Amino acid sequence: MTSPTTPPTAGDSSAAGAAGSPIGGSPAAGPDGSDGAGGQPPFAARLLRNLWTGNSVTVTALALVLATVIGAILMIVSDAKVRATYGYLFARPGDALNASWLKVSDAYANLFKGSIVDPNAVSRAINGTLPWERVFFPISETLTYAAPLAFTGLAFSVAFRGGLFNIGVQGQAIMGAIAAALVGFLLPLPVGLHLVVALIGGAVGGALWGGIPGVLKARTGAHEVITTIMLNYVALFFLSWLIIQQGIQMVGRSDAISRAVDGNAELPRLLASVGPSLRVHLGIVVAVLATWGVAWLLRRSTFGFELQAVGLNPAAARTAGMRVETTYVTTMVVAGALAGLGGSMILLGTALSLTTAVVGSVGFDGLLVGLLGRAKPWGVLVSALFFGALQAGGNRMQSFSGISLELVGVLQALIVVFVAAPALVSTIFRLRPSAGGDLQTGMARGW
Amino acid sequence: MTSMTADELVVAEPARFWSRPRKVGAGFVAAGVIAAALFGSLATDRPARLTLAETTAGAAVGINGTVGAIVFGLLAALAGGALLAGVGGPTVHRGRWFGALLGAGIVGIVLSFLCWQISQAPEGLNVMPLGDVTRSSLLLALPLIFGSLSGLLCERSGIINVAIEGQFLMGAFGAALGATVAGSVWVGVGAAAAGGVVVAAILAVLAIRYLVDQIVLGIVLNVFALGLTGFLYEQIMSRDQSSYNQPDPVPVWTVPGLSQIPVLGPLLFKANFFVYAALALVVILHFGLRRTRWGLRTRAVGEHPAAADTVGIKVLALRYRNVLLAGVIAGLGGGYFTLLSTTNFNKGMTGGAGFIALAAMIFGRWNPVGALVASLFFGFANALAFFLGAIASPIPNQFLNMLPYLATIVAVAGLVGKVRPPAAEGKPYVKG
Repeated sequence: MTSPTTPPTAGDSSAAGAAGSPIGGSPAAGPDGSDGAGGQPPFAARLLRNLWTGNSVTVTALALVLATVIGAILMIVSDAKVRATYGYLFARPGDALNASWLKVSDAYANLFKGSIVDPNAVSRAINGTLPWERVFFPISETLTYAAPLAFTGLAFSVAFRGGLFNIGVQGQAIMGAIAAALVGFLLPLPVGLHLVVALIGGAVGGALWGGIPGVLKARTGAHEVITTIMLNYVALFFLSWLIIQQGIQMVGRSDAISRAVDGNAELPRLLASVGPSLRVHLGIVVAVLATWGVAWLLRRSTFGFELQAVGLNPAAARTAGMRVETTYVTTMVVAGALAGLGGSMILLGTALSLTTAVVGSVGFDGLLVGLLGRAKPWGVLVSALFFGALQAGGNRMQSFSGISLELVGVLQALIVVFVAAPALVSTIFRLRPSAGGDLQTGMARGW
Repeated sequence: MTSMTADELVVAEPARFWSRPRKVGAGFVAAGVIAAALFGSLATDRPARLTLAETTAGAAVGINGTVGAIVFGLLAALAGGALLAGVGGPTVHRGRWFGALLGAGIVGIVLSFLCWQISQAPEGLNVMPLGDVTRSSLLLALPLIFGSLSGLLCERSGIINVAIEGQFLMGAFGAALGATVAGSVWVGVGAAAAGGVVVAAILAVLAIRYLVDQIVLGIVLNVFALGLTGFLYEQIMSRDQSSYNQPDPVPVWTVPGLSQIPVLGPLLFKANFFVYAALALVVILHFGLRRTRWGLRTRAVGEHPAAADTVGIKVLALRYRNVLLAGVIAGLGGGYFTLLSTTNFNKGMTGGAGFIALAAMIFGRWNPVGALVASLFFGFANALAFFLGAIASPIPNQFLNMLPYLATIVAVAGLVGKVRPPAAEGKPYVKG
């Protein structure tokens, strides 16, 4: 995704050759580079030099750093006690710094402990004072959250590669969850088959809902950003109507909740033998398979080729004999099917019953996952894991550190903003332009 | 639908029978006939009444429900027939009568539907207070007017603003916080504008200076604003509502004399700051964009920045200024949510209004007056949903709530079609 337009970067555009004389300009090359006098600079120096360029890994890592810093500022500003210590900052600066550090480090530590592993729990499990279940709990939560996010992220990315902004992932996920639920509790099917049919149902539900904006765009030119957003709301209202209908609503309940899906249609849990609280289910495996499938589709199939051709330049694709309108429709159908599967993951894996908030904000988060993964399948999977970790850790941060879960949303948005603006990150950290050209989101264009 | 494929390459040929007006006309013929048959058979023989007043009392115009449903449905079909016969002109843009016939068709179908709905309502409720529905249409349209004006100001200068929803949220949050902390509603209005400007500033810098894809940026900024306002709400507001989240509503100003005019008087001249500001902005932007030097330059920058640059217009500076100005407008629209429609801030309270505003801007073809009309249309769809809910409509509440969103889809897909946005929008301008 490189483009010829060079974004305005910080001053130094000196010929960034492979083994030039060490330049003092870039902060990383300073101390190490000057050691290797004559000939090739040592390996470490070269590595550092090349690390400190505007490549995607560095930019993404620095985007994380920036978002973390801004998140820390928000935590400090929003905490009344910590804010109070800043009232006498000049009298006792230690108080303010100490309180801020405690607040922020505690919050981020809980974010880590809630998503990856709690070292304390590990040592206690080894001593035998804590069941191993508690050690695996954070990672299980992360994977549980990541599975649907991978699907919604792929749903956004497939459309994005085809030149379409699929903001309707949320609605498609809702429709997928509805269809999966209907199959799950209305059809009496045997073990194994029931789950497969329910998943297919979820995919079809999402595909139909995704196909509508595709058809509308192909036939009338209605812009998909508008139609998909509107369909999100229509899907939500439909869901809230459906779950209070007789035969759908859970028997004996007066609130808005549907019947639960049959046990046959549930996604089996992977670590059920270790402990009942480990929710991670087959969905994460399906997500990896789907990622591989989408990667294959985009890279190897005719459809994937046409999709990307249309996405990069519809006029050229048309001239080359591709049916642009048909491609729009198929692209949206595929995207919708993926989003529908994402909704089904939540329903068949964890929620089991439909409620109005059954899919949460998995569709909107999917947009960010897709953007963070640069709309590449494996990148999307990694960023889904990352967002899943943020969700899981955010829960612990909320209950242990009193930082409300919304901060996770802010962090996610900030990370994506910085990743989408590599030129900004390069300027802030004075990165040198990378050899492969600078990163751009590259798809700037109009309606 | 027709069997023709929508192939843009053929559009250039003049002699295409199925022009857009004809297609729309065919649609209205079908819809009108269906409306007459369906609503006519569902309606009862009791009268469907309409009053001009704000309450259900007073003088009313009545029509037999069945008759009304059939007559208005057929009128819509008639308007469609006229379009089909070619009265609508060859294209949407050149047809002289297209707008009028389109309006007649929409009004006919809406009235036919209303005859059914009102006539089946229980006795005493089977009346539509026009004054009241008009008022709530205008009030519900207010944020859309602000939002669509903000959007079009950005887009006419070449920057896509999908972040209207985020600007609304920040404006609403700022208004609630500012008005409560300062104890003055006008500080709240100022804070609303400031909230919008914050988002606009991020949008402007990242889009203009750092060339970020503007639609992506807008979407992410919406998430950012949703998260930030939600976070601050949880951390600050929800713990002490009375000192951070209890703004006073904006006062009502009455224009003496003019407010006595029936229907329009109380609507337009016994109104609050937001109504006056929205209408004034429509007028200012309408003339500003067409008649002033600023307007000409803005349009030039939005259509052909390179040419504008050649004649000495500072493209980037003008874009910055207009995006920030648009932030003020959208922020004010956000203030509506906390200073007028409700009494405090809530997480995600704007409920997609920013996106409907975006649709209103497109539906209004990037013109201030068009945006006003489109906003009123969506406001009416919303008001209608409320009204039908109040008269015990047989249609489930959830489907009534879909109405504004479905209306948006129909409007954008069926009535607007391929529109021509400002030529340079979404494309960052890099000199040289």
